[in-house]
Amino acid sequence: MLPATRPLLAYGQGRSYGDSCLNDGGTLLRTAGLDRFISLDDATGVLRCEAGITLGEILRLTVPRGLFLPVVPGTKYVSVGGAIANDIHGKNHHRKGTFGAHVRRLELLRSDGQRQQIGPGDPLFAATIAGLGLTGLITWAEIELSRISIAAIRAEAIPFAGLDEFLALSDESDAQFEYTVAWLDVFSRAQRGIFFRGDHAQGSPSAPRIRTSVPVDVPLVNGATVRAFNAAYRAAQKVGGRSRLQHWDPFLFPLDGVGRWNRLYGRRGFLQFQCVVPTREALAELLRDPPPSPLTVLKRFGGTKSPGLMSFPRPGFTLTFDLPNHGEETFARFARLEKIAIEAGGALYPAKDACMSRESFERSFPLLPEFARHLDPAFSSSFWRRVTR
Amino acid sequence: MLGATSAIAQAAARVWAERGEELVLVGRDPEKLAAVADDLRTRGGQVETVVQDLTEDQAPLVERLGAADVTLIAHGVFGDAQRRDVDPDYAESVLRTNLIAPVRILTLLAPRLQRGACIAALSSVAGDRGRAKVGVYGASKAGLDSFLSGLRQRLQPAGVRVLTLKPGFVDTPLTANLPKNPLFASAAQIGSGIVQAVDSRRDGIVYLPWWWRLIMLVVKALPERIFKKLSF
Repeated sequence: MLPATRPLLAYGQGRSYGDSCLNDGGTLLRTAGLDRFISLDDATGVLRCEAGITLGEILRLTVPRGLFLPVVPGTKYVSVGGAIANDIHGKNHHRKGTFGAHVRRLELLRSDGQRQQIGPGDPLFAATIAGLGLTGLITWAEIELSRISIAAIRAEAIPFAGLDEFLALSDESDAQFEYTVAWLDVFSRAQRGIFFRGDHAQGSPSAPRIRTSVPVDVPLVNGATVRAFNAAYRAAQKVGGRSRLQHWDPFLFPLDGVGRWNRLYGRRGFLQFQCVVPTREALAELLRDPPPSPLTVLKRFGGTKSPGLMSFPRPGFTLTFDLPNHGEETFARFARLEKIAIEAGGALYPAKDACMSRESFERSFPLLPEFARHLDPAFSSSFWRRVTR
Repeated sequence: MLGATSAIAQAAARVWAERGEELVLVGRDPEKLAAVADDLRTRGGQVETVVQDLTEDQAPLVERLGAADVTLIAHGVFGDAQRRDVDPDYAESVLRTNLIAPVRILTLLAPRLQRGACIAALSSVAGDRGRAKVGVYGASKAGLDSFLSGLRQRLQPAGVRVLTLKPGFVDTPLTANLPKNPLFASAAQIGSGIVQAVDSRRDGIVYLPWWWRLIMLVVKALPERIFKKLSF
């Protein structure tokens, strides 16, 4: 039985960028102690583990056995429970869909003390995948891993200019490569960027270099530094060569190489805007007057349907901007982008959100009324209260 | 591994399991023990479990453990602060678990150990000097320290190493109710420190992390008339 005098919410690694992992005035259930493996079947590649374990811990165990997580986000420091509750996606969405599509079974502890084992086909399962932790506490999950020949990545970095070239590269690459994603220099008028694509490959590149870490809050991210960084980053990718054999870690999790990188945004931190829009026109509109973001990431989602009622990925283009938090000014920029995305029939991503309106939330997730039927009455989050009040 | 479901023991066990070692886990709670065993098996360990309350008849257990290469003694209770200071039976139960049980087990085990074997026992910085905040817990660890020191001398000729492991503040269920500060270490950190100490072929007293040795030097050096007025 869970204590239920105040609203409850599971808290894994706290890597959501907004308030979906917070519970102001309520109780957070820290899941870091739920970090045990339960079983790994080498023959079928099925892993069962507790929900607090991180994706990095899983990869450390499974990579030497030739098994990889089918879907990973941009950082390995997220918990399995968080990956399910946000139904995360990665650079291979066009091939593998979302994380939730590879969950075979999970156990949900409801606040009435009931433990329910659920899987694909169960309505409660569909509500729990991408359910933002609001259907109860996920205690363990069973995940189907992918078999890989070897842990290296054959990676290519291709410079491009403009959305036409991005689209042509997406068409070509999504058909051939497991991982595709593009980085955009918002300061270049010609919309220059780098298209990254990669596949698991033979070879044994050295493991990532020693982690560096940002020791204190130093607000280094501003217009001038971002402009310089973007130009330097583009140049570096060209020098690096078009094709190289890389360790999977820096290819899939480039930011994990710098501990506490968020400190570069200073004490007030940063906000991320991530949306998906169905059309090229909407994407062009979002990029017409882009904010000065150092990490502008663009990817075309595939057509695989997510199992979760509240899943964010859907066919179209997903675009993210990272911006230092300058209060009202930043919120105003986000509001403008939000309007464009929602009016184009797009959606905003709760895991990254700090400011979307109730209306935008409802328009992003048309199955919201069905989802609401499966809420655990004792669970809530700051995000949920914000977008439903 | 005695008290194998403790967070620190689990952390050390994970390192050993990943090396493919054979582990015997001893603990009270069969369900928890099974979960820990599954985890360690998945990580590559060969695992057996023994359900036993370590304050009860230890002879059959010691019989079963036989001559292990490494014996990790990791069970312990912190005790509820309020009860510990007013309820003599409760205070005694802390001593039974943290001090009497290891003394009984090691007394039975010592003659069975072979040259090269290692006893690694979890004590605490709390054993270095009694404080109001730790009460009889500190006394139990001070007693354990003293016993291990004697045992180390006694087993030295037999080539058996005795390690006294002294973690500082560790973020585990034992300290779940304490407010956390920057001195807290993770169980994983302490676990790998234990494995390192066992691997190093050293014996003696190991602080985890090492800088607790310096802190405790200062704490031990404070004159009593000052120390008694402090509230840390």
